Amino acid sequence: MPKHDTPLLDELEKGPWPSFVTDIKRQAATKPECWDILGQLELSFKDRITHWKHGGIVGVFGYGGGIVGRYSDVPDRFPGVAHFHTVRLNQPSGMYYSTSKLRAICSLWEKYGSGMTNMHGSTGDLVLLGTTTPNLEPLFYELTHDLNQDLGGSGSNLRTPSCCLGKSRCEWSCVDTQALCYSLTMRYQDEIHRPAFPYKFKFKFSGCPNDCVASIARSDLSVIGTWRDDIRIDQDAVKKYVSGDYKANAGAHGTRDWGKFSINKEVINLCPTKCMWMEGETLKIDNAECTRCMHCINVMPRALRPGLDQGATVLVGAKAPILDGAQFATMIVPFMKMDAENDFQEIVDFIENLWDWWMEHGKNRERVGESIQRVGLPTFLKVLNIEPLPQHIREPRSNPYVFWESEEVEGGFDRDVREFRKRHKQ
Amino acid sequence: MGYDPQNPMADRITDIGPPHYEEQMPPVIRANFGKWMYHEITQPGVLVHVSETGAECYTVRVGSARLISIELIREMCDVADKHCDGHLRFTTRNNVEFMVDSKAKVQPLLDDLASREGRFPVGGTGAGVTNIVHTQGWIHCHTPATDASGVVKAVMDEVFEHFISMEMPAQVRIALACCLNMCGAVHASDIAILGVHRKPPMIDHDAITGLCELPLAIASCPLGAIKPAKATNEKGEEVKSVQVNAAKCMFCGNCYTMCPAMPLADPEGDGIAILVGGKVSNAKSAPKFSKLVIPFLPNTTPRWPETTAVVKKIIEVYSKDAHKYERVGEWAERIGWEKFFEKCDIPFTIKSIDDYRLAYTTWRTTTQFKFTSHIK
Repeated sequence: MPKHDTPLLDELEKGPWPSFVTDIKRQAATKPECWDILGQLELSFKDRITHWKHGGIVGVFGYGGGIVGRYSDVPDRFPGVAHFHTVRLNQPSGMYYSTSKLRAICSLWEKYGSGMTNMHGSTGDLVLLGTTTPNLEPLFYELTHDLNQDLGGSGSNLRTPSCCLGKSRCEWSCVDTQALCYSLTMRYQDEIHRPAFPYKFKFKFSGCPNDCVASIARSDLSVIGTWRDDIRIDQDAVKKYVSGDYKANAGAHGTRDWGKFSINKEVINLCPTKCMWMEGETLKIDNAECTRCMHCINVMPRALRPGLDQGATVLVGAKAPILDGAQFATMIVPFMKMDAENDFQEIVDFIENLWDWWMEHGKNRERVGESIQRVGLPTFLKVLNIEPLPQHIREPRSNPYVFWESEEVEGGFDRDVREFRKRHKQ
Repeated sequence: MGYDPQNPMADRITDIGPPHYEEQMPPVIRANFGKWMYHEITQPGVLVHVSETGAECYTVRVGSARLISIELIREMCDVADKHCDGHLRFTTRNNVEFMVDSKAKVQPLLDDLASREGRFPVGGTGAGVTNIVHTQGWIHCHTPATDASGVVKAVMDEVFEHFISMEMPAQVRIALACCLNMCGAVHASDIAILGVHRKPPMIDHDAITGLCELPLAIASCPLGAIKPAKATNEKGEEVKSVQVNAAKCMFCGNCYTMCPAMPLADPEGDGIAILVGGKVSNAKSAPKFSKLVIPFLPNTTPRWPETTAVVKKIIEVYSKDAHKYERVGEWAERIGWEKFFEKCDIPFTIKSIDDYRLAYTTWRTTTQFKFTSHIK
């Protein structure tokens, strides 16, 4: 029996997309507090405002992150959601699950929580949505002892690192993103669970410039797989695309008739650097001019593959608008090998240099991208001991206001105005 | 021994991290790790990856509401146990993927999914609309300016035919964030639905002294709109508090995040802004930010008809007008934003002219423009 009338929410049971309202109602049969979730949400739909109180710091002993406190501002009406804390579980890289593991998580959440989840949160965690303060410790005990799982991050710490599925099921991945993500997640458990940073810090790893995990837009440290040598070409497969035997773009335009495939129109003319051409039936690429954007490879995956000298481009400083406006990550290291054999030592050194500087100079609630904006990219490159490259910029500065330092100018800045006046009268 | 509340630190295990990713991969994925040669989308929602060993992995992609119950996860597990040897995965856009190692297993899987009363729609691949990445909204967040799951449900119902087909010029990525914190990072999406506030914060002089560190509240404002001020609380006592210069406020809500005594949410003030033309991928053109084309639409619950209509209109005009492979932002740049507004029937307002930091880079400094109906 429904505990509350939900006429507004019931409207969201209509239509072809799966309805979370129907789902919550189904769950309410065994978890009656789900009625209070619906009841409070119905009230929000009526009032057009949230009914969750601001903040509330809760957690498990020894951790400063991983659980987000949440309390209802109408607990008398909806006691089932009076406390409604979020538990963030660190997801496996690539988000593959065995049903036995998922079922165990479901049972744990049936015992200690509301039965509602997010699969997954925006940062990547498996999110368990809605529990009470007394349940946190027993839940954590069983999570670690029985499920061999751990919490993710929240607050001013290293947020749960995430990656695309990488080499597990993608032919384009130039980096084993899962190994890299797992290795750094394990190395930095302390930074994930115990906030010590000026603000949040996100790692995201994408295997190729298609960037399926959106690292360039939302991670403070963005690692994107790439290659240094030539695109591999299978000329027979090129012919099969031209003849129509293979479907362009891996069949991604499958349900619309765009006419016959044209390699000139769909590949060569769309290449941003115009570094490709046909000689008879042979596709030529001037690889020195290629910027590895992926378009030709995306369109002809059976004919073209990334080169074999693989590594990653490292970018720093992406974030959403709060506070200083949105930023994409800035390209800092054009190419870095990602070597599992030495536990990714090169990127580890880079991260720790970066953190040393940011933890000392970053202001409270300042993302590293904002710190870089404040001091300027040249200063950032200097403190990280990175040689400036033309690849760091889209174009050189158009203003001539260059900051010179005293020691860079012959004779320095110290001059005697009286000596000057002997030659140049006031 | 289970958890002992009298001795909570006994046998404590911490910092073990996530399970190793290999443990839960399907056998065909483990066996062909790093050996994949190419992939194809055989029909909307169905992918095949082919390995250099000759092995094949068929993936069936299914939309989900993201906010899902353990009951539904168990049903997903039932499907995976029956067809996929007990494995499944989730995508970064909240789809579920069921993987099988032969073509013969695909149709029985599809038939099973189709039999489950619409809970498992197959699609979200290639040149179509995939699942909407979104935030919590009114279901769980304390700072939202709109709901998330409800708006997403309404929009996905409206564009459902584009989830189950691949008739767009390129992929169309829709995202929703329920406030400017953008936990969902909608700032680089083809179509971004963004919850916005429009009223400056109120100040709770009765609570501010106990709840907030005033210097932090003052420092939280990116535009310096908050100043220290004396105020009188309900008891008539003079207290240290703050005042807000409304003319300087851009309604970002950061002060409320730092100081709960400065709430700004409001039924009439809050609603949705629409931004378009962002992308993350480096393919062809560089990543782009989404651009604000509609500054405000109301929170018309339960189905946000104004928002769904705009999203649908943009998708339809884009679909008809753009070249093959052209993302929404690439199309808008090719035709010019003035044409975008005209073709999509979106009224241009002064709110789309940037007046924030570095605004100048978005103003036109050329005589090259198109004459549209905007010029009378």
